[in-house]
Amino acid sequence: MQPRPRLPWCESRPDRRWASARVLVSLVVILGAACTGAGLLLAGEGLRPAPTQSRQLSPYTVEDRRSGYSYLSEENQRLQDDDFANPGLLWVEQGRALWHQADSTTGMSCASCHGDATVSMRGMRTRYPHFDSQRGKLINLEQQINRCREQRMQALPYPYESETLLALTTFVGWQSRGLPTHVSIDGPAQPFFEAGRAFYMQRRGQLDLACTHCHDQYAGQRLRGDVISQGQSNGFPIYRHTWQTLGSTHRMFAWCNTSVRAEPSPLGADEYVNLELFVAWRGRGLPVETPAVRR
Amino acid sequence: MAEPRVRVPSTVKQGEIIEIKTLLSHPMETGHSRDVYGKLIPRYIIHTFTCTYNGEEVFRADWHPAIAANPYLAFYTVATESGHLRFEWIDDKDTVYATEAEITVV
Repeated sequence: MQPRPRLPWCESRPDRRWASARVLVSLVVILGAACTGAGLLLAGEGLRPAPTQSRQLSPYTVEDRRSGYSYLSEENQRLQDDDFANPGLLWVEQGRALWHQADSTTGMSCASCHGDATVSMRGMRTRYPHFDSQRGKLINLEQQINRCREQRMQALPYPYESETLLALTTFVGWQSRGLPTHVSIDGPAQPFFEAGRAFYMQRRGQLDLACTHCHDQYAGQRLRGDVISQGQSNGFPIYRHTWQTLGSTHRMFAWCNTSVRAEPSPLGADEYVNLELFVAWRGRGLPVETPAVRR
Repeated sequence: MAEPRVRVPSTVKQGEIIEIKTLLSHPMETGHSRDVYGKLIPRYIIHTFTCTYNGEEVFRADWHPAIAANPYLAFYTVATESGHLRFEWIDDKDTVYATEAEITVV
């Protein structure tokens, strides 16, 4: 077989130092533009409140890891920060209702065991997926919710990616907002973590691309009209404008797989849960942003 | 799905211009997209939004396709008297989504 022709932009990876310097410069430019814009608005109307501190990017970057938030336009960042306008909050509200709703012959709801979610579910989102000895493999938040329903409440599990499961996952994730992600990757979780890493590094699909090609090597560069993010999972479930609705990590994985013309795995598949662990570890320390707004 | 969300300042001064924010969960199908079988998905959007202030209509909007799903709308009105605001969204299946909010003028 003939060797694959090398495209000019594949010849050498840009020096990391320069890449990060460029990112910094562009951040300064973005921030500068934001300040100027806000200044103009203030001068023009005198009605608008001062720009909030929450738009500073420092909480959204840890070392060289950048949350998808830092790749958003200012408008989308504002949309995510506003707890009224953020459409993901619709699912949080629905999840809150489901939390208290008895849904089986046992007459139990989530609240029967877990009580006040703001206390009992705080920090929960940061630790998933983790190894589960009962299953002998990893379990993610969606699967944990469904297992609770089946085993404790004697209720039917919610279908993956259903409105109800998304709502409960978002509601539980919401309780950990702002807390840093820290998943356990050693001990029994280690082989699953390695499987997740292998999936991440594996070329797939007709485009013959692995996750790492876009999200590590070309993060921050343009893919058509869009900037490629690092593919961090700290904001999931996300409200994605492309979908016009809320979606889980696995829906995003399947979407990415389809985009490189690869056969996606079914949602909730083991390889996706493994990948979820690897991706969560990749973004260790990034704050939970559930429900984040993304493009 | 979730209840409509509205945000109205609870206590305001008489004659003050107030911002009202609304958000509703709705798919807003344009009628131009197709399902996996290539069949057109029928149009399913909210076509009318109204806001009444103590029974008097203060804001109305006719909507068309190309408004995003889960539409967010913010508008202004003048606080004249204490009372309640009623918000109504009507969609293509003639479903009426309604919610109310109280306002106190001091």
